[in-house]
Amino acid sequence: MTTDCIKSHDRGRKRLHPLPVRIMHWTNAVAMLIMITSGWKIYNDEVIFGWLHFPEAITLGKWAQHGLQWHFFGMWILAINGFIYLIYGFVTGRFRENLFPIRPSEVFATVGDALKLRLSHDDLTHYNAVQKVLYVGIILIGVLTVISGLAIWKPIQFSELTSLFYDFQTARLVHFLCMSAVVAFLIVHVALAILVPKSLLAMLTGGPVIERKPPDAVHTSDPIPASE
Amino acid sequence: MSIKTPSPSIFRPHRSIDQRVMKENRGLVDEINRRNVLRGAVSLGALTMLTGCDASENATLQTFMRAVSSWNDRAQSLIFRPNHLAPTFSEAQVVKPPRFNAYYEVEDVKPVDPTSWKLELAGLIQDKRPWSAQQIAGLPEQELIIRHICVEGWDYIGQWSGVNLRHFLERIGADLTAKYVAFKCADDYTESIDMATALHPQTILATKYAREPITDPFGFPLRLRTATKLGFKNAKWIMAIEVTNEFPDTFWHKQGFNWFAGI
Repeated sequence: MTTDCIKSHDRGRKRLHPLPVRIMHWTNAVAMLIMITSGWKIYNDEVIFGWLHFPEAITLGKWAQHGLQWHFFGMWILAINGFIYLIYGFVTGRFRENLFPIRPSEVFATVGDALKLRLSHDDLTHYNAVQKVLYVGIILIGVLTVISGLAIWKPIQFSELTSLFYDFQTARLVHFLCMSAVVAFLIVHVALAILVPKSLLAMLTGGPVIERKPPDAVHTSDPIPASE
Repeated sequence: MSIKTPSPSIFRPHRSIDQRVMKENRGLVDEINRRNVLRGAVSLGALTMLTGCDASENATLQTFMRAVSSWNDRAQSLIFRPNHLAPTFSEAQVVKPPRFNAYYEVEDVKPVDPTSWKLELAGLIQDKRPWSAQQIAGLPEQELIIRHICVEGWDYIGQWSGVNLRHFLERIGADLTAKYVAFKCADDYTESIDMATALHPQTILATKYAREPITDPFGFPLRLRTATKLGFKNAKWIMAIEVTNEFPDTFWHKQGFNWFAGI
């Protein structure tokens, strides 16, 4: 009887970032850093834009082959972790609960508030409309990064995929632009995490407990013992 | 000779070929040689000097990275589609001349003398008689207008012709169930490919570019051209071909590049 109570009690006391989310977040952070910095090394060997070379000091790998080694090691971590994250997000309902719905009117209102410096960060458990747009956006960018990466890794074996990007060089450009978008997101993401330290802390400790009203709340919160 | 950037594109800087990478790799070759010397000295009994030194950390990392690279070889051979054809292009799209790349600069290319040149054969092959350039010219010719993709990220469309490698291997009675086909080149370059790639319909031993004999910098008199590998796998100035089950290590693989290098 008591165990039943604890179970149902625990089910309602879900943290903002359950352990699997935290593990996947930091795994992704490491994988992303490997992919971005080794990607810069690879890019430097044949630049897309003549004016853009990444300083060697912030690239990963001593020579070209080492950059490639890191990139084709990191890709497994990034892709497998990302794939599990997507499945987790859909199956547990995390995406549905945290990221949707996104109402355009709310997006405009939040942008307006942000411009007037009136954004509140008191409640970590509720994402504002702009956060929702950014988080959904970065997930989609992540998916596109992997897909465009496959298109330039295997432009013949996956030639059908590469042709969706027009050709090898345009797929390569898309992959580069995806990296640029991820880096832009990272700058904002990290800056905000530093400005609101408890949000960073939440990704380490799990964050505040969220009291949910799950669909089965009627049954689990029923205090009347079923038998006795 | 002057070599231009293959095709004008907004995605590509408007400049001539960047020699920086080759110079970088030359530095690497020198460095590796220095390291080998260092290792030699160490193995002679100075082992205690190595404790906590950078080179050993790099060696550990390299052992791991090369294991990952071997794993990636297997992954690539699993997704290889033996009968999937690479896209082909029209003659109007062909870049002339093709783009040069080697582990040294174009000025250092040592032309092969076609009169004394012979293609040597070794390993699991029934008829190991060497082939002259004339004999090879008598073989049926296949033309490929395919994209060359370099590990560095550049590409161009080239028009290559020569004998289909599968046809040639069958003709000399090679064991087509063997694992590897290896190439030895006039510039001491070594390269090897998996048998599945060797038997792919778009893998040829090329003798011509844009219907003319291949010029010296691009592998005259004989080079490999396969549609399913990165540029560096396409051995130039081939002197010998070996069919084998023993892994034939290669110039770039020894330096840490991925061996399978499929595209």
